[in-house]
Amino acid sequence: MKNIEFLAAAYMFIWGGIFLYITVIAGQQKKLLQKVEMLEELFNKGDGE
Amino acid sequence: MKTLVSITAALFLAAIYLIFFYTPTEAVMGLVQKIFYFHLPLAFTSFFSFFLAFICGILYLVKKDAKWDLYSACSVEIGVVLTTLVLITGSLWARPIWNTWWTWDPRLTTALILWLIYVAYLILRMSIEQEGKRASFCAVMAIIGFVDVPIVFFSARLWRTIHPVVIEKGKINLAPSMKLSLLLAMIAFFALWAILFRIRSQTLFLNARIKKLNNKLLEEA
Repeated sequence: MKNIEFLAAAYMFIWGGIFLYITVIAGQQKKLLQKVEMLEELFNKGDGE
Repeated sequence: MKTLVSITAALFLAAIYLIFFYTPTEAVMGLVQKIFYFHLPLAFTSFFSFFLAFICGILYLVKKDAKWDLYSACSVEIGVVLTTLVLITGSLWARPIWNTWWTWDPRLTTALILWLIYVAYLILRMSIEQEGKRASFCAVMAIIGFVDVPIVFFSARLWRTIHPVVIEKGKINLAPSMKLSLLLAMIAFFALWAILFRIRSQTLFLNARIKKLNNKLLEEA
């Protein structure tokens, strides 16, 4: 069990890093989707008028 | 996408099982050597990212189609994340084995340079407003930056280094059980890469669409 702390830290960094990145980009995607929907609604309203 | 996520999760679970319960603990380094099964796939997927950015860079310069620029940016961003993890895991492995967090060894130095090149690419991308100009500059940088990838790969063979060489003359210098764990981890990481690429490319394309819609709105106003 020697040096197990280094192994644990490495695995925590890997999974922490990957999940953090996924959370950030998925969050960005959600915001952008809302923005696109809003803009398209504005366009549709404009076309209707 | 859901199928890909499920397959990736299953692959990772199988890889972790093999790494910890099937593969024997390395005799000299002990348990800490198990970092290797994630360290190497991370490095290979990052090299693949930069290779894809290189190809997309060339395609952009030839075809001048904005989609290649977006694919290139997406690959570089994922590559930078993966290279960061390669450097961190390498450092955590080096501390108990080499008795240092960092040494200016050719493999480590060239890997750090690779990371710096692509971080510079991302900074360059953020600092140019004009779309066409930004895409051309970034394409050139992705192509030139890729030169460092083979240097990183061959550095441990070309110069005197303390970094271990696992793949030599097309052969993997590992015990069969270690090879199997490494192979499965490698497949799992490539599947994860595909998920990251899909999410990130969708985001970048959405961003481009929003910019177009905004411009249209401004024109109409």
